[in-house]
Amino acid sequence: MMSFLTSFVNGLSLGSIYAIIALGYTMVYGIAKMLNFAHGDFIMVGCYIIFIFSSNLGLNPVAAILIAIVLCTLLGITTERVAYRPLRNAASPLAVLITAIGVSYFLENLALLIFGADTKSFTSVVPWAGISLFGGSLQIQGITIVTILVSLLILIFLQLFVHKTREGQAMLAVSQDRGAAMLMGIDVNKTITLTFAIGSALAAVAGALLASAYPSLTPYTGAMPGIKAFVAAVLGGIGSIPGAMIGGLVLGIIEILSRTYISSQLADAIVFGILVVVLIVRPTGILGKNIQEKV
Amino acid sequence: MLLEIKGLSVYYGVIQALKGIDFSVDRGEIVALIGANGAGKTTTLHTISGMIEPKAGEINFEGKDISKVPGHLRVNMGIAQVPEGRRVFADMTVEENLKMGAYTRRDKAELNDTMSMIFDRFPRLKERRNQISGTLSGGEQQMLAMGRALMSKPSILLLDEPSMGLSPIMVNEVFDIIRSVHEDGTTVLLVEQNAKKALNIADRAYVLETGSITTSGNASDLLEDDSIRKAYLGD
Repeated sequence: MMSFLTSFVNGLSLGSIYAIIALGYTMVYGIAKMLNFAHGDFIMVGCYIIFIFSSNLGLNPVAAILIAIVLCTLLGITTERVAYRPLRNAASPLAVLITAIGVSYFLENLALLIFGADTKSFTSVVPWAGISLFGGSLQIQGITIVTILVSLLILIFLQLFVHKTREGQAMLAVSQDRGAAMLMGIDVNKTITLTFAIGSALAAVAGALLASAYPSLTPYTGAMPGIKAFVAAVLGGIGSIPGAMIGGLVLGIIEILSRTYISSQLADAIVFGILVVVLIVRPTGILGKNIQEKV
Repeated sequence: MLLEIKGLSVYYGVIQALKGIDFSVDRGEIVALIGANGAGKTTTLHTISGMIEPKAGEINFEGKDISKVPGHLRVNMGIAQVPEGRRVFADMTVEENLKMGAYTRRDKAELNDTMSMIFDRFPRLKERRNQISGTLSGGEQQMLAMGRALMSKPSILLLDEPSMGLSPIMVNEVFDIIRSVHEDGTTVLLVEQNAKKALNIADRAYVLETGSITTSGNASDLLEDDSIRKAYLGD
């Protein structure tokens, strides 16, 4: 029983990280109508920035995270401006998708060039050891608790932002009909830039939490969590903010439980198997809407 | 002259959709732009509202060439478009849609005044103010799209095929609304395939054929014109 609870809490924590990454995927997809396959690598960039400032230069971890958030935000805005925006009206939507894959390889290889291929050992940004319940039979790490709380705070913040602010309303309008949004006087470019900024800032936060829970850092650290978060976003219903949250949590819990009870080698296969099943049974995901148009 | 178009050319790739057209709309007029499918009517409106960039030509609005002004800034200058097919924000409520129409306006109190004026003009929207817009009927969506455009208090309203897909009764209702919006002082540029309706309501009209203006004149004269009657009025 205790081992199940331990796995469940760990799954919740991993799921929270997937959720934060999936939020970035889903917002960019919903508003800019593109899959930013470099999103996972923004996480890796965030990890290295924190690593440099915190582990190497001895800066306070919170300050290092703030620096990573700022730099990742700038990276996201620049990538959108330089690589994606010129292709936004390209004849084929594949053009921007392939560019995103290109950006992904570019960032990975840039990190390889700067930091080398060897694994860096990341110091957790949460020094708190955690709590011990049931006379020590259930140990929950500090980073686990912090991760779950941070993801909940982010979800609440995003929901309030989207539904209560002018900029959030502009995002909703652009996600539903970009042309009509422009006719309302909404600056579509600015709205998309803001979306990339938020998504990239979230990637930095996810990076801090991910590298603290799994403290080995390589140029490919972000790739697999990025893809799994994409699966989570599709599972929850891509474009939906609560959907990304639910998808992330479900995926994280399934992954950890499969690792514990079935096979750690098979865990990833199970995760991607779920994607296939979901796409067959419910192509719109858990909270996705059926797209129906009134003519 | 409120709106003066000079030598406007628009391309889609290598295809020229507008071949250097000239026309104008005076303050207080209803001007109709009629023509067959693919003549360039919608392209003309999209270029005026800034959804499409012209290759050449001028769009003079209140004496100033706005052809280089980004589209989203033209709303505040007084240009509002009701797009073809309504394009209401389907997942938002009626009231949220109307608020989107006033996106560029900051004054809350004034905004509420405009919203109650819109609700007076469209009582059905008031009844359904909390309904999700995607579930409205076609006619109701058309009214919502018009109400949404009016929320920005435009000096010119660009209407793209407001009668499309509506029942004859609803078409009459929509045209009555256009008339009353016009009587309240809004200039109207109307694009319509229903040429008879359009010419009946308009002061002047231009006929667009494959990207060029071929005929223009007073609407009442065009209604009597033999070639227009044959080509567009089905006589």
